[in-house]
Amino acid sequence: MLWRTRLRSIVRHALLIAFGLVMLYPLLWMVSSSMKPNDIIFRDPSLLPAEWDLSNYTVGWNALAHPFTHYLANSAVVVVGAVLGNLISCSMAAYAFARLNFTGRRLWFAIMLMSIMLPIHVVIVPQYVLFSELDWINTFLPLIVPKFLATDAFFIFLMVQFFRGIPKELDEAARLDGCGHIRIYARIMMPLSLPALATTAIFTFIWTWNDFFGQLIFLTSPDMYTVPVALRTFVDSTGSSNWGALFAMSIVSLIPVFVVFLFGQKYLVKGIATTGIK
Amino acid sequence: MSALRELSTMRRESGRGGPGRRRRGRSAAEKGDNRAAVFFLAPWFIGLFVITAGPLVASLYLSFTDYNLLQDPNWIGWENYVRMFADERLLNSLGVTFTYVLISVPLQLAAALLLAIVLDRGLRGLAIYRSVFYLPSLLGGSVAIAILWRQVFGTNGLVNQFLALLGIEGQGWVSHPDYALGTLMILNVWTFGAPMVIFLAGLRQIPETYYEAAAIDGASRARRFRSITLPLLTPIIFFNLVLQLIGAFQSFTQAFVVSGGTGGPADSTLFYTLYLYQRGFGAFDMGYASAMAWLLLVIIGGMTAVNFFASKFWVFYGD
Repeated sequence: MLWRTRLRSIVRHALLIAFGLVMLYPLLWMVSSSMKPNDIIFRDPSLLPAEWDLSNYTVGWNALAHPFTHYLANSAVVVVGAVLGNLISCSMAAYAFARLNFTGRRLWFAIMLMSIMLPIHVVIVPQYVLFSELDWINTFLPLIVPKFLATDAFFIFLMVQFFRGIPKELDEAARLDGCGHIRIYARIMMPLSLPALATTAIFTFIWTWNDFFGQLIFLTSPDMYTVPVALRTFVDSTGSSNWGALFAMSIVSLIPVFVVFLFGQKYLVKGIATTGIK
Repeated sequence: MSALRELSTMRRESGRGGPGRRRRGRSAAEKGDNRAAVFFLAPWFIGLFVITAGPLVASLYLSFTDYNLLQDPNWIGWENYVRMFADERLLNSLGVTFTYVLISVPLQLAAALLLAIVLDRGLRGLAIYRSVFYLPSLLGGSVAIAILWRQVFGTNGLVNQFLALLGIEGQGWVSHPDYALGTLMILNVWTFGAPMVIFLAGLRQIPETYYEAAAIDGASRARRFRSITLPLLTPIIFFNLVLQLIGAFQSFTQAFVVSGGTGGPADSTLFYTLYLYQRGFGAFDMGYASAMAWLLLVIIGGMTAVNFFASKFWVFYGD
């Protein structure tokens, strides 16, 4: 009896490991190919290159108008702005929805929930017109300022859910002691909501780092290009001639996401499980 | 649990008169709350009106004009909408998008559900497996992965290298009109990790006692799955389905990068959003792009409404 359950568990693990390998194979192969000379990439499906060659990284780093560091720095500026914006504006709105009794709260809350599902494409043309009137095209402002205006309503919802779990007695006691809402928000809710803030920061980081549509539309000159847009021009300029360098820079572009994934896994899984975001 | 669930319960509650409604008059404290609410909601209000609702209305207006960014818009009535139905590239892009959505989303959810069930109860190393299967979801939308896909399914790509080992001569999958869309579907199925995590969370909510009771009654594994797991999981399946359909319909990056922005070969990967981008930001035909955007909104809204309607027949809410 025992050996049968053990056998079954071994088979199950073997299948899962095999499936996991198939899933990750393209990724692992891209890592190894980024260290292969170009002509070998087209012939060698194996993960271990016969000879290690890091020249793809130096070639790729300098293949575009600016060194790749420039695009990484641009992406970093956009990401830091977006993360800060979302943390501040979404937590403020969430505090109002979770803790304040104001006129029309249920209606506004429903509007907020519906705005989560609005496709960006429906508003992108007027947004573009608006930002070009403001002379913001080809700056980071169209990518950062909306985040300070809580347009990523997903995170409002996520934080409302979290705030609801914080005992109301805490802020009622603070009110009796004469605390205003701003202090309750800043001194009680924020410190107690670190997990929700972390989830928000992590998802905003990954989404903004990966975002292509917005950055493609609003950033028009190579000086302002972020990593995804730069990678895309790299594809256009090299076609399929220099896969090694292209792979090398693709790997570089994935490393920040991967690092955040490694350290933020707990929050990612929790965030998805409670709100269903990707 | 989810935003969707919350919305539908709100609707049900308000139909009943809603427990949230206050009967007594407003007290001084609540008036104070109004002032505080204006402060805390100020950023969101500005964003809602300037970045979201304003542009939403503006794009509806622009959809009835010939706006091209350079000249002031002229009102042209329904012309853009009439033009859409004679635009073969647009009709084709709708076909491409629906094909992509209706095939890849069910496959993706099936994979997610299957893996969630295999991983569910008492499996050692669950956290590691979950991470491995989830990772592609995080990376899948990036330009880097789209570049990888272009190579993997290219003429000398990884897939063909393996086929060559088996003595089969492959072809350029991404450059063949019959197969290019398929490679993008595979990419979407590859990102089944996010719905899988949601399924895992849902499976954990099912009380162990249900299974114990069924086991005592002599129910087989298959029977327990069919009569306990599946019905109790239908709300989560529904939730995942709605979200993934909405998301897949808006896919853009992968098709853009894999086809070099063209939607080729022969428009076979011309997603609706890609065509919208070409009209709006390639040709600056912004009036037409706005009309396309509103059609997109109607389609997504309609699809979601149909889903909600159909859910009455198969989604089981225990409460």
